[in-house]
Order: sequence, then C-alpha cells, then structure tokens
Amino acid sequence: MMNLYTRRIWINRIGITLSMVAMSLGLIGLMWILWTLFSRGFAALSIDMFTQDTPAPGSEGGGLRNAIVGSGLILLFSMLISTPIGILAGIYLAEYGRISKFASFTRFMTDIMLSAPSIVIGLFVYAIFVVKTGGFSGWAGSLALALIAIPVVVRTTENMLKLVPTSLREAAFAVGAPRWQVSLKVTLRAVKSGVVTGVLLAMARITGETAPLLFTALNNQFFSAQMSEPMANLPVVIFQFALSPYDNWINLAWGGALLIALLVLAVNIGVRVAFRQKIKR
Amino acid sequence: MSEPSASSEIDLHAQQVGRFRFQDKLFHYITQLFAMVVLVVLLGILVSLTIDAWPSIKEFGPSFLWTNIWRVPDDQFGALAAIYGTVVTSVLALLIGVPISFGIALFLTETCPLWLRRPLGTAIELLAGIPSIVFGIWGLFVFAPFFGEHIQPPMQSLLGNLPIIGGWFSGPPIGIGIFTASMVLSLMIIPFIASVMRDVFDTVPHVLKESAYGVGCTTWEVVRNIVLPYTRVGVIGGIMLGLGRALGETMAVTFVIGNANRINPSLFSPGTSIASTLANEFGEAEPGLHIASLFALGLVLFMITFIVLGVSRWLISRSMGSEGL
Repeated sequence: MMNLYTRRIWINRIGITLSMVAMSLGLIGLMWILWTLFSRGFAALSIDMFTQDTPAPGSEGGGLRNAIVGSGLILLFSMLISTPIGILAGIYLAEYGRISKFASFTRFMTDIMLSAPSIVIGLFVYAIFVVKTGGFSGWAGSLALALIAIPVVVRTTENMLKLVPTSLREAAFAVGAPRWQVSLKVTLRAVKSGVVTGVLLAMARITGETAPLLFTALNNQFFSAQMSEPMANLPVVIFQFALSPYDNWINLAWGGALLIALLVLAVNIGVRVAFRQKIKR
Repeated sequence: MSEPSASSEIDLHAQQVGRFRFQDKLFHYITQLFAMVVLVVLLGILVSLTIDAWPSIKEFGPSFLWTNIWRVPDDQFGALAAIYGTVVTSVLALLIGVPISFGIALFLTETCPLWLRRPLGTAIELLAGIPSIVFGIWGLFVFAPFFGEHIQPPMQSLLGNLPIIGGWFSGPPIGIGIFTASMVLSLMIIPFIASVMRDVFDTVPHVLKESAYGVGCTTWEVVRNIVLPYTRVGVIGGIMLGLGRALGETMAVTFVIGNANRINPSLFSPGTSIASTLANEFGEAEPGLHIASLFALGLVLFMITFIVLGVSRWLISRSMGSEGL
C-alpha cells in the first residue's frame, strides 16, 4: 500500500509529465505542418510561378502571377481602408475609454468582432456590396478584409496608447496643448512603432483569409489589375486548386500556401524581434 | 506697456482657448465616429443577413433549425445537419484541445525553465498565426491519410465493439470526416486557449502560490488547488473563446469534413458544418429559397458565435481585472 506522501509525489510526477506531453504535442503539430509546407511548397516553387498566370483546366505548367498581384492589390486597399479607421477608433478608446460607458461598450463589441467568423463578414459584404454594385469585384474583397482588419488595428492601437506614461501626457497638457494635439503629436508619436506593429499584424491576419473572399473577390483565371472586376487571389486559388484533380494545380496550391505562410510567419517573427529590442531599451 | 495691448493679448488668448475647445470637441466626435464603425458593422450584419434570409425564415419558420433535410432541387431546406456538424466538431475539438492547452499553459507558467519560456511561448503563438487554409490543405493531403491509415483502424478495433459508443467509430476508415475535422480544429484552437490560460495563470499573486509551496504542496497541487480556483473565470473564458473560433472556422473544416449534408451517427463518416456548407454552396446558389436559406445559416452561425464570444470576453475581462463592460 502506497502511503500518502508517495502518492502525492506520483500524482505530481504524472501531472507534470502530462503537461510536457501536451507541450510536445503542440510543438509536434507546428513542426509537422511547417515541415510538410516547406517540403511540398519549395518543391513546387519555380520562376514560372511568378511569371505565368494560373493554368486552364488540363493544361500543363502555369503559375500564380495573377493571384499574387491580385492578392497584393486587395491587401493594399484593405489596409488603406482599415488603418486610418482603426487608428482613430483606437485613439478614441484610449482617450475617452476610461470614462465613457459608450467606449467600454464599443471596446467589448470590438473584442467580439476580433474573432467573429470571417465567412459571415463575406456574406455581409456580398449582401451590401456585391449585390448592389452588380458583381464580384476586387473592391468587395478589399472591403471584406478591411472589416476583419479594423478590430485588430483598433485594439493594438489602444493597448499601445495605454502604455504611454501619464507624466508625458500631463507634461504636454501643462504647456497648454489641446487634447487633440496631445493625442496625435505626443502620445501617438511616442508609440508609433507599436501602432505600425498592429497594422502589420492585422495584415498578417488577413493575408490568409479565404472564406470572405469566396463571395466577394471570387477568382479570375486571367491577369487583371482592375479592382472593379473579379480578381484572382492566392487564398481562393489555393482553395480551388487543392481540391482539383490536376497534379500541377495541386502543386501550385502548395506553392501558394508556402508564399502566404512565409509572409505571415515573417511578419509575426519580425514584429516580435523588433519589438523585444525596443522594450529592452 | 500700455493697457489696451495687454487686454488684446488676453483676448487673443481667449480666442485661442476657444479655438482649442472647438477643435477638441471636433476631435472627440471624429474619433467617436470611427469607433462607431465597428458597432455599425455588427448591426449591419444582423440586419442585412436577416433581410436576405427573410424568404427562408418566412417559408420554414423556426422549424428550419431542427429539420434534417437539405434538398436543393426540391427547395426543401433545414439546418439540422449543418448545426449538428458545427456543434459536434467544435465540442470534440474542445474535448481534445482543452486538456492539451491546459498542459501547455501549466508547463509554460510553472515547470518550464525560464530561458525556454519565451521561445516556446512564441512557437505556440506562431501556430495561431498560421492561416487556416494551410491547416486545411495539410489536413487534406497529410493528416487525413495518416489518420485513416494509422489511427482509425486501431481506434475502431479498440472502441468499435463497445456498447453505445461503438457506433461512433463505425464505418470505413477513409480519413476524412467529422472526427478528422475536430482533430484539425483542436490544433487550431489550442494556441488561443493556451495563451489565454497562460495569461490568466500569470495573474495569480506570487504570495498565494508561494505560501502553498511553503506548506509543502507539490506543483500539481498548487495548480489544482490554488491556480485553477483563482483563475476559474478566466479559464472558462479562454475555453469559450476557443469554442467561438471553432464554431466559425471555415477553411480547415471544409477541406476535411467530407461535405455530406446528412447526419450520420458515426464520427468517422463525412458530415458538414454551417461554415463549410456556405463555402461550398454559396458561390453557385440560385437566387430564391436556396440562397435565402444559406443566409439563414449564416445568421444562425453569427448569433451562436456572437453569444459564445460575448460570454467569453466578459469572463476574460472580469478575470483579468481590466475594464470590460
């Protein structure tokens, strides 16, 4: 019969071991995904991928040029829409959020929007934009992605602004600066790099979003830089090609997935490295 | 210095202050306007989805929610199969993901050597950053075949003959299906739950933990009897956050769930979820009842996730002591 003491020791050992097993399972998952992605993605990578457009069904070769350009354009415009809105809303929450009930309510709703299902955003943009403007378009894709990016920018901006020491703000107030100048020229400037970080993270977040683009930007087999027309984009191309029966399409899907993942990982890691140095003074 | 010039200087000051006050008001309203964008979008989603779903709501009424039928040619639609798939995959994902997330959070806050904490924490956060479509194609091409070949047959021979639950594991081990979707989903939500848990575990006052260690508690006992009770609310919030994510996840599920619009008692058989039905059918849906029913599905999904996420955020903010609602 085990005595109480040894039993406690053993329960502790089992618990700690299980927690290490859990940690390794998480890491194994990450490594497995990255390894598959890199091995199949780099195998598919070639110059053609950047110089040729998506192939027609059954034809050989082909690339992702139109999808890469399309994704770039859609991303660019969605960031142009979401950045100013997100930053100004973030300023509002940081400046007035401590005192106002309305601001707390807005913050709460923004937090919900952070994880709201992206496919519903796609439905929404389809209903209010695609139907009204008469068809799928790059603009609709940008709008849908912007709606997903806004909450991310809002919350990081607000969190960054909250880090500014009160003494800095008070010093600015003391020399007679009005509130808007304190906000824009003192506090916002003090956390400029943090806000840029938020914008980059928001971009990383929407780079791989597929669901909202299905009903907004749709896809386009040909090269097009017209934002008012259906536009090829990496996520939707990956989705369609991965489920296709053609080997060259599936290869292109892996290549595209690698491109997206590299961009997202680079932003995520870069932001962390840059920010850590900043915090370390 | 003569009298008039001094007073005009004061006037000038008054003017300036007045102008500043006006600018500040303007600034307040402009920023407030932008903050309201999020609220307007939320409201807009609710209203526009309801309007577009209206033909379906009118035709089928509330029984839409519990009718197990999805026949496009006959214009007969019910959401039960999709709701069933959504709920089952998400709950299963939680059952798999929560213990693992708890283990990760426990390891990162209690037993992990200090120098390893940051890199391992970052690795878990990177997992959260991987786009869901990457999870999707990995699930389809790598995980599902592996699962069907190496995990499903032993699971079937082990669990398939048990009474009651045996039926959950019947059917051919084809890899794709509801159970596979849950596994991929759980891998996706682990980083979210684990980082919330880690953050709330860090809020436990050191004095509390150290006094428990001081009277001779083991690490496990400290976590069970001090950390968990202290952070209960936040932990539940983190789990709900993971649930909210899992319910609305589209791409990872669409690739591996099999997309069969029916309810099958076996977890190894193909099914569907709300999000994957939308992703598959919306693009080709004809105007009329079909598209309206898809909008109704979207509305159901939005409302479920809204409630789950709302509760989750409320619990987390209460636990972290920040000023939520």
